[in-house]
Amino acid sequence: METVPKGEKAQDALKVRVWRGDAAGGEFREYAIPARENQTVLDVVTQIQREQEPDLAYRFACRVGMCGSCAMEVNGRARWTCRTHVKRVAAPGEALEIRPLANLPVIRDLATDMAPFFDKWARAKGTFQPKDAPDGAVPAEFATVPPESKARREADAGIECIGCGVCYASCDIVAWNPDYLGPAAMNRAWTLVNDVRDGARAERLEAVSGDAGCHSCHSTQSCTERCPKNLDPSSAIAGLKRTLFWDSLWGRLR
Amino acid sequence: MSAQAGRHLWVAQRVTAMFLGVAVLVHLVTIMVAVRGGLTAAEILARTQGATLWFAFYVAFALAAGLHGAIGLRNIAMEWLGWRGRGFDLAWLGIGLLTAAFGVRAAWGLYAN
Repeated sequence: METVPKGEKAQDALKVRVWRGDAAGGEFREYAIPARENQTVLDVVTQIQREQEPDLAYRFACRVGMCGSCAMEVNGRARWTCRTHVKRVAAPGEALEIRPLANLPVIRDLATDMAPFFDKWARAKGTFQPKDAPDGAVPAEFATVPPESKARREADAGIECIGCGVCYASCDIVAWNPDYLGPAAMNRAWTLVNDVRDGARAERLEAVSGDAGCHSCHSTQSCTERCPKNLDPSSAIAGLKRTLFWDSLWGRLR
Repeated sequence: MSAQAGRHLWVAQRVTAMFLGVAVLVHLVTIMVAVRGGLTAAEILARTQGATLWFAFYVAFALAAGLHGAIGLRNIAMEWLGWRGRGFDLAWLGIGLLTAAFGVRAAWGLYAN
Protein backbone atom coordinates (compact mmCIF):
# COMPACT_ATOMS: atom_id res chain seq x y z
CA MET A 1 0.00 0.00 0.00
CA GLU A 2 1.50 3.35 -0.99
CA THR A 3 1.34 6.05 1.60
CA VAL A 4 0.31 9.54 0.63
CA PRO A 5 1.67 12.35 2.79
CA LYS A 6 -0.91 14.38 4.68
CA GLY A 7 -2.42 17.21 2.74
CA GLU A 8 -1.57 15.66 -0.59
CA LYS A 9 -4.13 13.85 -2.65
CA ALA A 10 -3.28 10.63 -4.40
CA GLN A 11 -2.25 11.42 -7.95
CA ASP A 12 -1.54 9.60 -11.14
CA ALA A 13 1.20 7.05 -11.28
CA LEU A 14 4.62 8.08 -12.51
CA LYS A 15 6.10 5.56 -14.93
CA VAL A 16 9.81 4.95 -14.39
CA ARG A 17 12.16 2.84 -16.48
CA VAL A 18 15.21 1.86 -14.44
CA TRP A 19 18.26 0.11 -15.80
CA ARG A 20 18.92 -3.10 -13.84
CA GLY A 21 22.01 -5.21 -14.33
CA ASP A 22 25.72 -5.40 -13.71
CA ALA A 23 29.06 -5.31 -15.57
CA ALA A 24 27.97 -8.29 -17.69
CA GLY A 25 24.88 -6.47 -19.04
CA GLY A 26 21.35 -5.57 -18.14
CA GLU A 27 18.01 -4.17 -19.25
CA PHE A 28 15.39 -1.58 -18.40
CA ARG A 29 12.59 -2.56 -16.05
CA GLU A 30 9.41 -0.58 -15.61
CA TYR A 31 8.02 0.62 -12.33
CA ALA A 32 5.10 2.79 -11.33
CA ILE A 33 5.14 5.00 -8.27
CA PRO A 34 2.77 7.74 -7.10
CA ALA A 35 3.42 11.02 -8.85
CA ARG A 36 3.83 13.86 -6.36
CA GLU A 37 3.80 17.59 -6.66
CA ASN A 38 7.34 17.89 -5.34
CA GLN A 39 9.55 14.95 -6.10
CA THR A 40 13.20 14.69 -7.03
CA VAL A 41 14.60 11.90 -9.17
CA LEU A 42 16.49 10.66 -6.10
CA ASP A 43 13.14 10.49 -4.25
CA VAL A 44 11.84 8.34 -7.10
CA VAL A 45 14.77 5.93 -6.94
CA THR A 46 14.53 5.74 -3.15
CA GLN A 47 10.80 5.08 -3.33
CA ILE A 48 11.32 2.20 -5.75
CA GLN A 49 14.05 0.73 -3.56
CA ARG A 50 12.08 1.02 -0.33
CA GLU A 51 8.68 -0.06 -1.60
CA GLN A 52 9.33 -2.37 -4.53
CA GLU A 53 12.91 -3.50 -5.12
CA PRO A 54 14.99 -3.78 -1.95
CA ASP A 55 17.97 -4.98 -3.98
CA LEU A 56 18.12 -1.92 -6.28
CA ALA A 57 21.69 -0.59 -6.07
CA TYR A 58 22.33 3.16 -6.23
CA ARG A 59 24.56 5.68 -4.51
CA PHE A 60 23.75 8.85 -2.60
CA ALA A 61 24.83 10.58 0.59
CA CYS A 62 23.90 14.19 1.32
CA ARG A 63 20.66 14.63 -0.74
CA VAL A 64 21.32 18.39 -0.98
CA GLY A 65 23.87 18.78 -3.78
CA MET A 66 27.03 18.88 -1.73
CA CYS A 67 28.59 15.43 -1.97
CA GLY A 68 28.32 14.64 -5.68
CA SER A 69 27.59 10.93 -5.30
CA CYS A 70 24.06 10.61 -6.72
CA ALA A 71 24.73 11.45 -10.38
CA MET A 72 22.89 9.27 -12.91
CA GLU A 73 21.63 9.55 -16.47
CA VAL A 74 18.08 10.88 -16.35
CA ASN A 75 16.22 10.84 -19.66
CA GLY A 76 19.50 10.72 -21.52
CA ARG A 77 21.42 13.38 -19.58
CA ALA A 78 23.82 13.07 -16.68
CA ARG A 79 22.46 14.93 -13.66
CA TRP A 80 22.50 15.08 -9.91
CA THR A 81 19.35 13.14 -9.08
CA CYS A 82 19.00 14.92 -5.71
CA ARG A 83 18.78 18.36 -7.34
CA THR A 84 16.62 17.33 -10.28
CA HIS A 85 12.88 17.67 -9.86
CA VAL A 86 10.87 15.18 -11.87
CA LYS A 87 8.70 17.93 -13.34
CA ARG A 88 11.80 19.63 -14.73
CA VAL A 89 12.79 16.61 -16.84
CA ALA A 90 9.47 14.86 -17.59
CA ALA A 91 6.23 16.49 -18.68
CA PRO A 92 3.06 15.32 -16.88
CA GLY A 93 2.29 11.78 -18.03
CA GLU A 94 5.77 11.32 -19.48
CA ALA A 95 7.94 8.42 -18.31
CA LEU A 96 11.25 8.80 -16.52
CA GLU A 97 14.26 6.81 -17.70
CA ILE A 98 17.13 6.34 -15.28
CA ARG A 99 20.47 4.76 -16.20
CA PRO A 100 23.87 4.60 -14.49
CA LEU A 101 26.39 7.29 -15.53
CA ALA A 102 27.86 6.77 -19.00
CA ASN A 103 31.60 6.26 -19.67
CA LEU A 104 32.13 4.39 -16.38
CA PRO A 105 32.03 0.67 -15.57
CA VAL A 106 28.79 -0.40 -13.91
CA ILE A 107 29.02 -2.18 -10.58
CA ARG A 108 25.32 -2.93 -10.30
CA ASP A 109 22.11 -1.21 -11.40
CA LEU A 110 22.60 2.55 -10.97
CA ALA A 111 25.94 2.41 -9.15
CA THR A 112 29.06 2.95 -11.27
CA ASP A 113 32.68 2.31 -10.43
CA MET A 114 34.21 5.80 -10.07
CA ALA A 115 37.78 4.45 -9.82
CA PRO A 116 38.81 5.19 -13.45
CA PHE A 117 37.48 8.74 -13.04
CA PHE A 118 39.57 9.45 -9.93
CA ASP A 119 42.60 7.53 -11.25
CA LYS A 120 42.68 10.14 -14.02
CA TRP A 121 42.76 12.96 -11.48
CA ALA A 122 45.92 11.32 -10.15
CA ARG A 123 47.30 10.87 -13.68
CA ALA A 124 46.69 14.56 -14.39
CA LYS A 125 48.73 15.32 -11.25
CA GLY A 126 45.77 16.76 -9.39
CA THR A 127 47.59 16.96 -6.07
CA PHE A 128 49.05 20.22 -4.82
CA GLN A 129 52.88 20.18 -4.65
CA PRO A 130 54.08 22.98 -2.36
CA LYS A 131 56.82 24.94 -4.10
CA ASP A 132 58.58 26.03 -0.92
CA ALA A 133 58.41 22.62 0.76
CA PRO A 134 58.88 19.80 -1.71
CA ASP A 135 59.14 17.26 1.09
CA GLY A 136 55.64 18.12 2.26
CA ALA A 137 56.75 20.21 5.22
CA VAL A 138 54.85 23.36 6.16
CA PRO A 139 56.51 26.34 4.44
CA ALA A 140 58.19 28.80 6.77
CA GLU A 141 56.33 31.81 5.35
CA PHE A 142 52.76 32.28 4.23
CA ALA A 143 52.43 32.75 0.49
CA THR A 144 50.88 36.03 -0.54
CA VAL A 145 48.22 35.40 -3.18
CA PRO A 146 46.38 38.53 -4.32
CA PRO A 147 42.76 37.43 -4.79
CA GLU A 148 42.33 39.77 -7.77
CA SER A 149 45.38 38.51 -9.66
CA LYS A 150 44.61 36.90 -13.03
CA ALA A 151 46.04 33.52 -12.02
CA ARG A 152 44.07 33.38 -8.80
CA ARG A 153 40.83 34.29 -10.58
CA GLU A 154 41.46 31.48 -13.10
CA ALA A 155 42.05 29.04 -10.24
CA ASP A 156 38.99 30.24 -8.32
CA ALA A 157 36.78 29.69 -11.37
CA GLY A 158 37.35 25.94 -11.24
CA ILE A 159 38.01 25.26 -7.60
CA GLU A 160 34.46 24.33 -6.54
CA CYS A 161 34.40 20.97 -8.35
CA ILE A 162 33.10 18.18 -6.10
CA GLY A 163 33.97 15.31 -8.43
CA CYS A 164 30.46 14.07 -9.25
CA GLY A 165 31.44 12.77 -12.70
CA VAL A 166 28.59 14.47 -14.62
CA CYS A 167 31.04 16.16 -17.03
CA TYR A 168 32.96 12.92 -17.51
CA ALA A 169 29.78 11.01 -18.37
CA SER A 170 28.76 13.77 -20.80
CA CYS A 171 32.08 13.94 -22.67
CA ASP A 172 32.17 12.58 -26.23
CA ILE A 173 35.96 12.34 -26.21
CA VAL A 174 35.93 10.02 -23.18
CA ALA A 175 33.43 7.84 -25.07
CA TRP A 176 35.77 7.73 -28.10
CA ASN A 177 39.02 7.27 -26.19
CA PRO A 178 38.87 5.53 -22.78
CA ASP A 179 42.38 6.86 -22.01
CA TYR A 180 41.28 10.50 -22.31
CA LEU A 181 41.68 12.29 -18.98
CA GLY A 182 38.30 13.99 -19.14
CA PRO A 183 37.05 17.45 -18.11
CA ALA A 184 37.14 17.18 -14.31
CA ALA A 185 40.75 15.98 -14.04
CA MET A 186 41.96 18.72 -16.40
CA ASN A 187 39.84 21.38 -14.69
CA ARG A 188 41.64 20.38 -11.50
CA ALA A 189 45.03 20.52 -13.23
CA TRP A 190 44.23 24.03 -14.53
CA THR A 191 43.43 25.29 -11.01
CA LEU A 192 46.85 24.03 -9.87
CA VAL A 193 48.70 25.44 -12.91
CA ASN A 194 47.31 28.80 -11.79
CA ASP A 195 48.23 28.27 -8.15
CA VAL A 196 51.34 30.39 -7.57
CA ARG A 197 52.27 28.25 -4.53
CA ASP A 198 52.48 25.09 -6.62
CA GLY A 199 55.84 23.73 -7.75
CA ALA A 200 54.88 20.97 -10.18
CA ARG A 201 53.81 23.11 -13.13
CA ALA A 202 56.04 21.48 -15.77
CA GLU A 203 55.23 17.89 -14.78
CA ARG A 204 51.54 18.66 -14.63
CA LEU A 205 51.50 20.36 -18.03
CA GLU A 206 53.32 17.35 -19.46
CA ALA A 207 50.78 15.00 -17.83
CA VAL A 208 47.81 16.75 -19.46
CA SER A 209 49.44 16.88 -22.93
CA GLY A 210 48.88 14.80 -25.99
CA ASP A 211 46.23 12.50 -27.41
CA ALA A 212 44.92 11.38 -24.01
CA GLY A 213 45.03 14.93 -22.68
CA CYS A 214 43.85 18.44 -23.48
CA HIS A 215 44.93 18.27 -27.12
CA SER A 216 42.11 15.86 -27.95
CA CYS A 217 39.40 18.21 -26.66
CA HIS A 218 37.06 19.48 -29.38
CA SER A 219 35.60 22.22 -27.18
CA THR A 220 32.06 20.96 -27.78
CA GLN A 221 31.44 22.05 -24.19
CA SER A 222 29.06 19.33 -23.03
CA CYS A 223 31.00 19.42 -19.75
CA THR A 224 30.36 23.13 -19.31
CA GLU A 225 26.72 22.77 -20.39
CA ARG A 226 26.01 19.94 -17.93
CA CYS A 227 28.15 20.89 -14.91
CA PRO A 228 25.71 21.14 -11.97
CA LYS A 229 28.05 23.64 -10.29
CA ASN A 230 28.13 25.83 -13.42
CA LEU A 231 31.88 25.43 -13.73
CA ASP A 232 33.55 25.72 -17.11
CA PRO A 233 35.94 22.79 -17.65
CA SER A 234 35.95 23.52 -21.38
CA SER A 235 37.61 26.89 -20.79
CA ALA A 236 40.02 25.29 -18.31
CA ILE A 237 41.11 22.82 -21.01
CA ALA A 238 41.43 25.70 -23.49
CA GLY A 239 43.65 27.43 -20.93
CA LEU A 240 45.87 24.34 -20.71
CA LYS A 241 46.14 24.23 -24.51
CA ARG A 242 47.02 27.92 -24.68
CA THR A 243 49.66 27.61 -21.95
CA LEU A 244 51.15 24.50 -23.56
CA PHE A 245 51.20 26.18 -26.98
CA TRP A 246 53.28 29.15 -25.85
CA ASP A 247 55.46 27.08 -23.51
CA SER A 248 56.21 24.67 -26.38
CA LEU A 249 56.88 27.44 -28.86
CA TRP A 250 59.29 29.28 -26.59
CA GLY A 251 60.88 26.03 -25.38
CA ARG A 252 59.80 26.47 -21.78
CA LEU A 253 58.99 22.74 -21.66
CA ARG A 254 61.26 19.89 -22.65
CA MET B 1 52.95 8.12 -28.96
CA SER B 2 54.26 10.05 -26.00
CA ALA B 3 52.34 12.97 -24.54
CA GLN B 4 55.24 15.20 -25.56
CA ALA B 5 55.08 14.10 -29.21
CA GLY B 6 51.31 14.55 -29.16
CA ARG B 7 51.79 18.10 -27.91
CA HIS B 8 54.34 18.84 -30.63
CA LEU B 9 51.96 17.56 -33.32
CA TRP B 10 49.24 19.83 -31.92
CA VAL B 11 51.57 22.84 -31.93
CA ALA B 12 52.75 21.96 -35.45
CA GLN B 13 49.17 21.80 -36.67
CA ARG B 14 48.36 25.22 -35.18
CA VAL B 15 51.51 26.85 -36.53
CA THR B 16 50.96 25.41 -40.02
CA ALA B 17 47.34 26.59 -39.82
CA MET B 18 48.51 30.14 -39.10
CA PHE B 19 50.91 30.03 -42.04
CA LEU B 20 48.33 28.42 -44.35
CA GLY B 21 45.79 31.09 -43.43
CA VAL B 22 48.11 33.77 -44.82
CA ALA B 23 49.50 31.59 -47.63
CA VAL B 24 46.07 30.70 -49.06
CA LEU B 25 45.21 34.41 -49.11
CA VAL B 26 48.45 35.28 -50.93
CA HIS B 27 47.86 32.39 -53.36
CA LEU B 28 44.29 33.44 -54.24
CA VAL B 29 45.00 37.17 -54.46
CA THR B 30 48.01 36.48 -56.71
CA ILE B 31 45.84 34.39 -59.03
CA MET B 32 43.17 37.08 -59.24
CA VAL B 33 45.69 39.85 -59.87
CA ALA B 34 47.70 37.80 -62.39
CA VAL B 35 44.73 36.52 -64.38
CA ARG B 36 43.13 39.92 -65.04
CA GLY B 37 42.90 40.31 -68.81
CA GLY B 38 43.75 36.63 -69.44
CA LEU B 39 46.83 34.53 -69.01
CA THR B 40 48.50 31.84 -71.10
CA ALA B 41 50.66 28.94 -69.95
CA ALA B 42 53.68 30.56 -71.56
CA GLU B 43 53.09 33.81 -69.65
CA ILE B 44 52.78 31.90 -66.36
CA LEU B 45 56.03 30.06 -66.99
CA ALA B 46 57.79 33.25 -67.95
CA ARG B 47 56.97 34.66 -64.54
CA THR B 48 57.59 31.57 -62.40
CA GLN B 49 60.76 30.19 -63.97
CA GLY B 50 63.70 31.22 -61.91
CA ALA B 51 61.49 33.07 -59.39
CA THR B 52 63.24 31.76 -56.30
CA LEU B 53 61.03 33.58 -53.80
CA TRP B 54 57.82 32.16 -55.29
CA PHE B 55 59.41 28.72 -55.38
CA ALA B 56 60.35 28.98 -51.68
CA PHE B 57 56.84 30.22 -50.86
CA TYR B 58 55.19 27.24 -52.58
CA VAL B 59 57.60 24.72 -51.06
CA ALA B 60 56.70 26.04 -47.61
CA PHE B 61 53.03 26.01 -48.63
CA ALA B 62 53.21 22.37 -49.75
CA LEU B 63 55.07 21.24 -46.63
CA ALA B 64 52.65 23.04 -44.34
CA ALA B 65 49.61 21.68 -46.17
CA GLY B 66 50.93 18.10 -46.18
CA LEU B 67 51.80 18.21 -42.50
CA HIS B 68 48.61 19.99 -41.46
CA GLY B 69 46.37 17.62 -43.39
CA ALA B 70 48.06 14.44 -42.21
CA ILE B 71 47.90 15.49 -38.55
CA GLY B 72 44.21 16.27 -38.91
CA LEU B 73 43.43 13.00 -40.70
CA ARG B 74 45.37 11.14 -38.01
CA ASN B 75 43.15 12.70 -35.33
CA ILE B 76 39.98 11.84 -37.21
CA ALA B 77 41.12 8.26 -37.82
CA MET B 78 42.01 7.83 -34.14
CA GLU B 79 38.62 9.03 -32.98
CA TRP B 80 36.34 7.54 -35.61
CA LEU B 81 38.14 4.36 -36.60
CA GLY B 82 40.28 3.68 -33.55
CA TRP B 83 43.44 3.72 -35.70
CA ARG B 84 46.05 4.28 -33.01
CA GLY B 85 49.65 3.24 -32.57
CA ARG B 86 53.10 3.53 -34.03
CA GLY B 87 52.30 1.82 -37.34
CA PHE B 88 49.49 4.24 -38.09
CA ASP B 89 51.59 7.23 -36.99
CA LEU B 90 54.35 6.25 -39.43
CA ALA B 91 51.76 5.75 -42.19
CA TRP B 92 50.38 9.27 -41.58
CA LEU B 93 53.89 10.71 -41.64
CA GLY B 94 54.38 9.00 -45.01
CA ILE B 95 51.06 10.31 -46.32
CA GLY B 96 51.90 13.84 -45.14
CA LEU B 97 55.31 13.81 -46.80
CA LEU B 98 53.89 12.30 -49.99
CA THR B 99 51.23 15.02 -50.18
CA ALA B 100 53.90 17.65 -49.63
CA ALA B 101 56.12 16.00 -52.28
CA PHE B 102 53.37 16.35 -54.91
CA GLY B 103 53.18 20.06 -54.16
CA VAL B 104 56.95 20.54 -54.16
CA ARG B 105 57.19 18.66 -57.48
CA ALA B 106 54.57 20.96 -59.03
CA ALA B 107 56.42 24.03 -57.75
CA TRP B 108 59.70 22.68 -59.10
CA GLY B 109 58.06 22.09 -62.47
CA LEU B 110 57.08 25.78 -62.65
CA TYR B 111 60.42 26.97 -61.35
CA ALA B 112 63.02 24.91 -63.19
CA ASN B 113 61.66 23.81 -66.58
